[in-house]
Amino acid sequence: MSELIKYIEDPILDIKNLSVSYNRDKYAVENVNVGIKKNRITAIMGPSGCGKSTLLRAINRMHALYPTIETKGQISLNGQDTSTMSDIILRRKIGMVFQRPNPFPTMSIYDNVIAGYKLNGIRIKKSERDEIVEKSLQDVTLWDEVKDSLTKKGSFLSGGQQQRLCIARALAFRPDIVLLDEPTSALDPIATKKIEELLIELKEKYTIIMVTHNMAQASRISDYSMFMYIGKLIEYGKTKNLFINPVNKKTEEYLTGKFS
Amino acid sequence: MISLIIKTKKYLKGINTRILKNQIFAGVVFVFSFITISPIVLIIYKLISKGYKQINLAFFTEIAPDTYEAMIALGNNKIIPGGILNGITGTLLMVALASIIAIPIGLLIGIFLYENNKKKYANIVRDITDIIQGVPSIVLGLIAYFWVVKGITHGFSALAGSFALGVMMLPLIIRSTEETLKMIPETIKEAGLALGVPYHKIILRVLIPTGFSGLLTGILLAISRIIGETAPLMLTALGSMGVNYNIEKPTSAVPLLIWEFYNDPNMVDLIWSSSLILMIFVLILNLISKHIIAKKNN
Amino acid sequence: MLNSEKNTKILLFLASLTIVLMASGMVLTLINGSIPIFKEFGINFIFSTKWNPTEGKEAYGALPFIAGTIITSIIAILICFPLAFSTSLFIGEYYRGKKLAKIVGTMVDMLAGIPSIVYGLWGFYVLRPLIVDLGFNSQGYGIFTAGIILAIMIIPYATSITTEIIMMVSNDLKEAGYSLGATRKDVILQIIIPNARSGIFSSYILAFGRALGETMAVTMLIGNTNIIPKSIFDTGNTMASVIANQFGEADGLKLSALIAIGLLLFVITGLINGTGKLLIRKLS
Repeated sequence: MSELIKYIEDPILDIKNLSVSYNRDKYAVENVNVGIKKNRITAIMGPSGCGKSTLLRAINRMHALYPTIETKGQISLNGQDTSTMSDIILRRKIGMVFQRPNPFPTMSIYDNVIAGYKLNGIRIKKSERDEIVEKSLQDVTLWDEVKDSLTKKGSFLSGGQQQRLCIARALAFRPDIVLLDEPTSALDPIATKKIEELLIELKEKYTIIMVTHNMAQASRISDYSMFMYIGKLIEYGKTKNLFINPVNKKTEEYLTGKFS
Repeated sequence: MISLIIKTKKYLKGINTRILKNQIFAGVVFVFSFITISPIVLIIYKLISKGYKQINLAFFTEIAPDTYEAMIALGNNKIIPGGILNGITGTLLMVALASIIAIPIGLLIGIFLYENNKKKYANIVRDITDIIQGVPSIVLGLIAYFWVVKGITHGFSALAGSFALGVMMLPLIIRSTEETLKMIPETIKEAGLALGVPYHKIILRVLIPTGFSGLLTGILLAISRIIGETAPLMLTALGSMGVNYNIEKPTSAVPLLIWEFYNDPNMVDLIWSSSLILMIFVLILNLISKHIIAKKNN
Repeated sequence: MLNSEKNTKILLFLASLTIVLMASGMVLTLINGSIPIFKEFGINFIFSTKWNPTEGKEAYGALPFIAGTIITSIIAILICFPLAFSTSLFIGEYYRGKKLAKIVGTMVDMLAGIPSIVYGLWGFYVLRPLIVDLGFNSQGYGIFTAGIILAIMIIPYATSITTEIIMMVSNDLKEAGYSLGATRKDVILQIIIPNARSGIFSSYILAFGRALGETMAVTMLIGNTNIIPKSIFDTGNTMASVIANQFGEADGLKLSALIAIGLLLFVITGLINGTGKLLIRKLS
């Protein structure tokens, strides 16, 4: 397990001894050490309750919203300890896409894409705004579909389109890392395929970390995979190697469907 | 894109302002919340500090003094004699009578709404209930004046006061009955039906006992609502010097006494103790209701 | 068995009729009692500012009372809004689910339990001298004083509904906001409020409706002068308060005037409350 970290040179995200607990004694994530490679897709897999979402949300400090949750350990982004960054800055560098598409219902599609700027009170010229909206929507291949309805609210979009809108929203800040928490589990197979193709394209510009409960998805699109079980990181490596030659017995059992 | 990066870098300095604004906002919320709850503390403090002196056994057992007794006592620096017995008995009488009027009908209508949930007529009835709930109490007093004072008792009376109070209780009881019954799981009702139990027995033996705590709470809260009402009583019960149990005659009530004390320079000091008693009644009713709810949730 | 079921249904239906008949009866009684005054003055009654009970020259007009009612209620809502909304945020967002929120919530509920007359007493003996000391008004009466007390009285109604509404805003949306780097203030102002807009609005409409009908506290503080207030520290009168005050010896035309004012009050509160309830129903 720990051998592989040496293989990742200059990880863009370096997680050291990360533990997260919801109450005193129970750890949802226990002592995780992992380095994430830039411009790759890293999948976090495991049975439900293994702590994968908890781990993901620790990266952009979502747990800070819930004071009963304790987080220990260190996370470094591009060599800088994230605990030295304010929540606001951290979350602009690390964007998040959630399981259920959640575009803001009271905002138009246009406003949804630049919602990050709006919420942060960042004022930018209209021309720059337009540029960001167009680029972000193009990046998620949504531009042609919505360019004539930018002022409409996003509720008429299909689930897949809404989720791509949420990805565009997260990309508008040009973050270093994009976190996705089971982004396709609420979508139909066609929409799922579109988003998987999208993520493969996006990794050229961004680093992608994705929680998935669907092993097949991980094997399809991820470059690296983590397998977690009851809060611990059991195995981590290049996806091909992990799937073909899992080192740990638990990993093998999971991959062969002995439990899910 | 590059100009944007520069702008964002400039904005990084503004982060601290944003964090500051965030904290100021939270601070304002905190302060305003504190201001919001302070009247309850201040009012109760005022009632207790000014009212406790006047409270003794006689306060509950004697009728209100007249203005001369009060004047003499004030002149001699003594506590004003007498109490609010006529007010307490009047309030109890009218609350009891209002309950007799409002509870049976309120329960029935609540059950009706529960049984006929989505139907058009039931929605109209519900809307009408809401309308009556929103009618200012003084207007209900006017209605009671015409219907009861003029129409039935030909003079101010406890019955008229009870009627006004009953009409105020009615929508509250209807709503709480409907809400309570709605919270009873369908399966309990279906179990009764499956056993061939007739409809009215299901209501009496299954629904009402199961929802009893909720129904009782609704009634207690309705009572606590009307017990402090003054305006409608001014037009109906009018008030009286002595204890009165005759529902066709004018009657006093604690709020009415408070109003009389307020308007009489000699008896003004009595307002605090009377208000304190009134508040204690309201508080007890509310505490009992909360206790019932808590017990049920365990 | 069929019979008893039918009988029960009939009984319930008859019970429901009572309230329908009662409501209709109320409207009829009010209209009936108002006929004399409208016969005498026509629609001008609503717009007239006269109030002269002397026999032979009797003239009555409802305008000062309508104005007083609406103005005091508006002042009440303006004062109530920042306080009630902050409290809703306190209970529903900042301390949501915590014991402190429960305590504050209970204390706000207690505000609703205080009888109107007790508010009037407190306003008279505590607030009024304060207004005098601050130099706003020589006697301390007026629409401002009444407005403050009304604000305190309607805070619990505004707070409870608003709190429920803001707690219903989905956590997903809030987390999306935070994940984009928004602060709590940003999430409240740009996500929670826009998504709870109509619910919040209707809770204040209902609070406004409540303020319109308040009698005792207002009548003890407003000064009871039958004029249209021109400045915020003027005295005035409201519909509810004039009915309570002048009812005693009223008969004939004067009584009819008071009933007509009652009818107007009934209609205005009915419309406002109806609007508020309609908006809330649209949400569910």
